[in-house]
Amino acid sequence: MTIRLGPWSVRLAPRALVVGLALVVVACGVTVAAISTGEFTVPVPDVVSALFGQGTPVAELIVSKLRAPRVVTGLLVGAAFGLSGAIFQSLTRNPLGSPDFIGFTAGASTGGILAVVAGGSAMTIAGGALTGCVVTAALVYAMAFRGGVQGYRLVLVGIGANALLLAVNSYLLTRANINDAATAGAWLTGSLSGRGWDHAIPVALALAVLLPVCAFLSRPMRMIEMGDDSARAMGIRVEVVRAVAIAAGVLLSGVATAAAGPVVFVALAAPQLARRLTRSPGVTMGASALMGAVLLTAADLAAQRVLAPTQLPVGVLTAAIGGTYLTLLLRKDRH
Amino acid sequence: MRTAEHTAEVAVEAPKGRGRAAVLAGGLVVTLAMLALVAMASVAFGARSMSFPTVIDAFVAPDGSSDHTVILQLRVPRTFLGIGVGAALGLAGALMQSLTRNPMADPGLLGVNQGAALGVTLALGLFGLSDPAVYVWFAFGGAALASVVVYALASAGRSGSSPVRLALAGVALGMVCTAVASAILRMDTQAFDRMRFWLTGSLAGQTAGTLARLAPFMVAGLALGLLLARPLNMLALGDDAGRALGVAVNRTRLLTGVAVTLLCGAATAAAGPLWFVGLIVPHAVRAVVGPDQRWVLPYSALAAPVLLLGADVVGRVIARPGEVQVGIVWAVIGAPIFILLARRRRVAAL
Repeated sequence: MTIRLGPWSVRLAPRALVVGLALVVVACGVTVAAISTGEFTVPVPDVVSALFGQGTPVAELIVSKLRAPRVVTGLLVGAAFGLSGAIFQSLTRNPLGSPDFIGFTAGASTGGILAVVAGGSAMTIAGGALTGCVVTAALVYAMAFRGGVQGYRLVLVGIGANALLLAVNSYLLTRANINDAATAGAWLTGSLSGRGWDHAIPVALALAVLLPVCAFLSRPMRMIEMGDDSARAMGIRVEVVRAVAIAAGVLLSGVATAAAGPVVFVALAAPQLARRLTRSPGVTMGASALMGAVLLTAADLAAQRVLAPTQLPVGVLTAAIGGTYLTLLLRKDRH
Repeated sequence: MRTAEHTAEVAVEAPKGRGRAAVLAGGLVVTLAMLALVAMASVAFGARSMSFPTVIDAFVAPDGSSDHTVILQLRVPRTFLGIGVGAALGLAGALMQSLTRNPMADPGLLGVNQGAALGVTLALGLFGLSDPAVYVWFAFGGAALASVVVYALASAGRSGSSPVRLALAGVALGMVCTAVASAILRMDTQAFDRMRFWLTGSLAGQTAGTLARLAPFMVAGLALGLLLARPLNMLALGDDAGRALGVAVNRTRLLTGVAVTLLCGAATAAAGPLWFVGLIVPHAVRAVVGPDQRWVLPYSALAAPVLLLGADVVGRVIARPGEVQVGIVWAVIGAPIFILLARRRRVAAL
């Protein structure tokens, strides 16, 4: 389906649109459920009035200080992970090329742990995570570079780097003193509990800048998926697109890890789930971001409620839900 | 393409086939000697430093001193455990890569070790079964279930079992197993404390009793795996070609699955979910000895324990008086080698 407006035209896949809308609806539903339910139930109308500063003090505290920032952080972080996963899976043409599998997230963790051990504040930890992610990405890229980067080699080198960094992380944890180890451990399991607006804002800013960039990149990247030579023949500046895409993907996963810790599996699963739901031939940016947001917030909701009062880290649930769902989709896969 | 390469190689190798076999057999003996050397180092070095005469006395004239007890009751079982676990994981990786014709196959990557680990977590954490001879069956169950599910998932589609599908299915299943295991451990702090070191992959803290109970399974798995070299060689040309050469395809698959389950289950029950051993060793071995499984399998089974035990010794020595778990040292040594391999050549053809 193509929509034309003067010189502009946009190609729309009806199924992708429907799936996108459905994901938005699910995300809204999860958001409302997460804000209104819990140990203290706030009815939905009160939620709205509390958000606009018209509710009872208790409702206002719970809604706008505790629950809303947590859900919003979840939505933003999930979207960032999903988007960054889509970028790297498209670049490497491989579902395993997602940042949590090729060492970027592990590198961010290393940075975060080092910041904790150095006695850093929440801001320093976030900075450490971002730095770790960028440095790891640069190293992996450099090590995989051999007159150009091949997707498969990038994945293999990344898997090696991932294993190395995970080992370094556990070593740092066993060496650190017990308080630092506990702080770092809590951050490492990937959790959204206790996230405030100051966690959400950096991710929101990053998304505000990088979402349009990704929208611009999505078409040339799809051409690059067909091979560098064909893309070049279509007039795409392959190296420029690739460099910008990598920068965007690394920043997104770094910022997301800084906010919520290394939540596994969202970046791997969200693009694949979105791809299979929309039945598109390759990974798509928008649907992946939406899917990531839904996956993370739904997992966080489940993590708070399933074994209440025991609170599970959200990473456990993203792995359980995303993994099971992906398994089911793989079973039916006809590609 | 693999077939073409294979044929070309056979054509080149044919005239000097016998000489090559002699060289490879000699290499096997050298690897065995290296294993013996590492094993001696593993007995001699540890968190407590001892003189060589003391070490020798412990075997010749044990006098019940604490040094001798450490050697006989801790270091010797640990050394044998390291050899068994290394051989099991190396051979399991080689078998899986050969059966799936997938250079990325690894018991850790395909979720088999995580399945075994989930089984052990259920047994230890939820049911409180602490006898290794009992919980190894949970490990077998988990490993078998995981390999069947992953293989079924990966070969369900129209295009059959492609490397990427297989890896994706394995990673997904492994993640689910790990998540369930960690949820169980989170509910039970005591179980978490018991299993903390086991979960990072460690050879420490297992006794001669554990070794004795797990050894029969490892030996059975090793023997079965090594016997499968010839049919696997023929299957390397594809199922149809294998059938034409007289291989019972399904029986070979099933037996390989049994061997992998025995090896991964026993190794995981002993040392925790060790990653990466089964991926990197067969890669390195193939780069040296070529694609013939009759050499790849025994070399993998011998080279892996050399490296694993070596990593364990290094871990004991570098952080005295404490020690670094073998899983950590192994990754720090193995990952750069793996990266070099991935850089140097296109993934070595199977």
